Amino acid sequence: MEIVAPPAPGKLEDLRRRFFATPLQAVMSLICLAIMAFIVWKLLTWAVFSAVFTTAGGPEACQAAAGACWSVIAARWRIILFGLYPYEEQWRSALACVAVVVMTVLSCIPAFWTGRRIALVWGIGTTVFYALMKGGMLGLPFVGEEAWGGLALTLFIFVTTCLIGFPLAICLALLRRSELPWISRTTGLIIDGVRSLPLISILFTFAIVLPFALPQWLQGDKLYRVILGSALFFSAYQAEIVRGGMQGVAKGQEEAAMALGMRYWQRIGRILLPQAMRNALPATINQFVISFKETSLVVIVGFFEILASGNAAYGTGEWRFAYVEVYAFIAFIYFVFVFSLSRYGAFLERRMSASER
Amino acid sequence: MSSLLRNQKVRNTLLQVLYVGSIAALVLAGVVIARRNLAEQGITSGFDFLFKSTGWDVNFTLLPATANDPYWWFFLIGITNTLFLGTVGLVLATIVGTIVGLARTSSNELAQLLGRTYVDIFRNIPLILQVFFWYALITHLPTPRAAHEAWGFLLTSRGLYIPFPNVRGVTMVLALFALIAAIALPVWLGRTSRLSQPVGGRHAIQFAVAAAALACAAIILAIGRLPDAPFIDFPALQGLNLRGGLRIPPEFSALAIAIAIYGGSYIAEIVRGGFKSVGKGQMEAALSLGLSPWRVFTLVRLPLALRAMLPILANQYVWLMKATTMGIAVGFTDFFMIVALTINHSGQTLEVIGILMAGFLAINLSLAALFNRLNKAIALKGNQLRG
Repeated sequence: MEIVAPPAPGKLEDLRRRFFATPLQAVMSLICLAIMAFIVWKLLTWAVFSAVFTTAGGPEACQAAAGACWSVIAARWRIILFGLYPYEEQWRSALACVAVVVMTVLSCIPAFWTGRRIALVWGIGTTVFYALMKGGMLGLPFVGEEAWGGLALTLFIFVTTCLIGFPLAICLALLRRSELPWISRTTGLIIDGVRSLPLISILFTFAIVLPFALPQWLQGDKLYRVILGSALFFSAYQAEIVRGGMQGVAKGQEEAAMALGMRYWQRIGRILLPQAMRNALPATINQFVISFKETSLVVIVGFFEILASGNAAYGTGEWRFAYVEVYAFIAFIYFVFVFSLSRYGAFLERRMSASER
Repeated sequence: MSSLLRNQKVRNTLLQVLYVGSIAALVLAGVVIARRNLAEQGITSGFDFLFKSTGWDVNFTLLPATANDPYWWFFLIGITNTLFLGTVGLVLATIVGTIVGLARTSSNELAQLLGRTYVDIFRNIPLILQVFFWYALITHLPTPRAAHEAWGFLLTSRGLYIPFPNVRGVTMVLALFALIAAIALPVWLGRTSRLSQPVGGRHAIQFAVAAAALACAAIILAIGRLPDAPFIDFPALQGLNLRGGLRIPPEFSALAIAIAIYGGSYIAEIVRGGFKSVGKGQMEAALSLGLSPWRVFTLVRLPLALRAMLPILANQYVWLMKATTMGIAVGFTDFFMIVALTINHSGQTLEVIGILMAGFLAINLSLAALFNRLNKAIALKGNQLRG
């Protein structure tokens, strides 16, 4: 007897099987569909159909409209993105942000994943960013850190946090794994102590309290103290991730390296760390995502980063009513950065689990 | 000397002494400099300031507070506020997370899509932005005169007003305990081996105990109600302001909503992971034993998923508890805000930072201990483990 494959289900049949297989399924599908339709309809009406897009009518025309008032973005986007940066120089701030994005994209490409190359990419990227922002050379007028703001400041804090925090995390992880009990215990105490505190309290301590405990010549700018605090926080979490990665490396690897006569730093740098970083990669990207979101907390110790500049954009004068639009705009910027980074992390995880199979 | 340095043991000891010593020296130097700087400003160190009165007011408190109360009382207020906000936030976030997580694991693709969209959106926007957003939204609500009203609830820019029983605070707490007992006792009775009756035949006892506890709660409320006032107090407009009911200040509701929505998106992922970790064979085995889908869920899927979730959930809860410190962004007087205010007003920087650290250490450690116990209690034991 010949066995014939059942005919492929048609479009309608497919739809019925997926969403209306049983009465319960059908009811659930309909409820979900109704919820979705309601949300999409409400959102579209607010954000598109009855929204105001041009600045022509000014705030008054906006306030009269039923929908979103996107003209506040059209009128105030420079404040939100660049903060107090001098108006004529804002192209530099924009270019600096592009440099950071390029740097991030480059460090996501596996060809750059050797210690030297990644250090090179981040070194050059940060230097370009800093030179563009600060100026004072190559004919660019000088702009001090106190005038930085908006997206560029957010990115600067994020990048420098990672740049200081990452090597520090590796140091802390190695110290915690040390065979000398006092060293590992002391480091463990520091890591656990930092991890048990909220980031805000650490930022606050570094910004406001630390100057009391430092001699005059060591105090530095408030911005750099806050970055140091945020880097310390980042490194405490990242150190645990790196340590977890190290624990995943088979003990035989290190013993074999020892048997070959490799010295401590060779063993660490060529055998242990590369494998540990590979194990820790998904968690590391997750940590980067989290710390990008957490840069927004510096608004509390008085920095003019993107959230604060957004508050200023609607907080003064005639745009007082348009807070939803401003927050939606900032949320969208954060969303683009954070979502793409976390999608990349998920992609990497899938790829790595596929290569291990 | 050089031969001594070549000795591994001596070198190790020296290294350790150097490391610990330099860290201790750093901390010590910081403390000494800070003390000198503070002394120059005329601030004496020590914890005597704790017993001076503060002279400021707080906008939200569960404990009675006046401006004459000493600093230590305000610290206590801060901690209870933090714990209260944290607990409310955690409960709400768990409810949101469970619903969204179940939607993501359901067999319905549309429900999955809804859940995924929710998680993707709210996970990727910083919590503090969400706090600012909800705070702005609530403070832009109409004034009390033009309040939105629904079922006795009033939405205004001064806060949310809800109907509330007209009883004393102590009574409220006692009644709450009775209510908790009404839920917990029957559950305990259904599991304990101290009763001689078989587990299946205890329904009558369970019902009786629950009814007794509920009756207790009702009696407590009836005794504790304030004389000559209606039992439930509805908020209503009187003159320019609202009177009666319970006012939930905008700061509190903004934080609670933000923590519920943001934390919910993380908990949803934990819930989904927990359910995904339950082996398919376990459910198939349960179904083939003839259990109904509901019993498969409550007796097999849920308990197994819960075991996988609990350790990660504990971390998330600790994180959310620490997130209450964002209250300072909108002016909610949590523990951290009291700390920051105290530093500004009294100048006792070092002592107060010490209190801050001790406070959060205590909160974190007790949460961790609680979850460790819970985890031990529900973990698979001995021969239950699958090979």
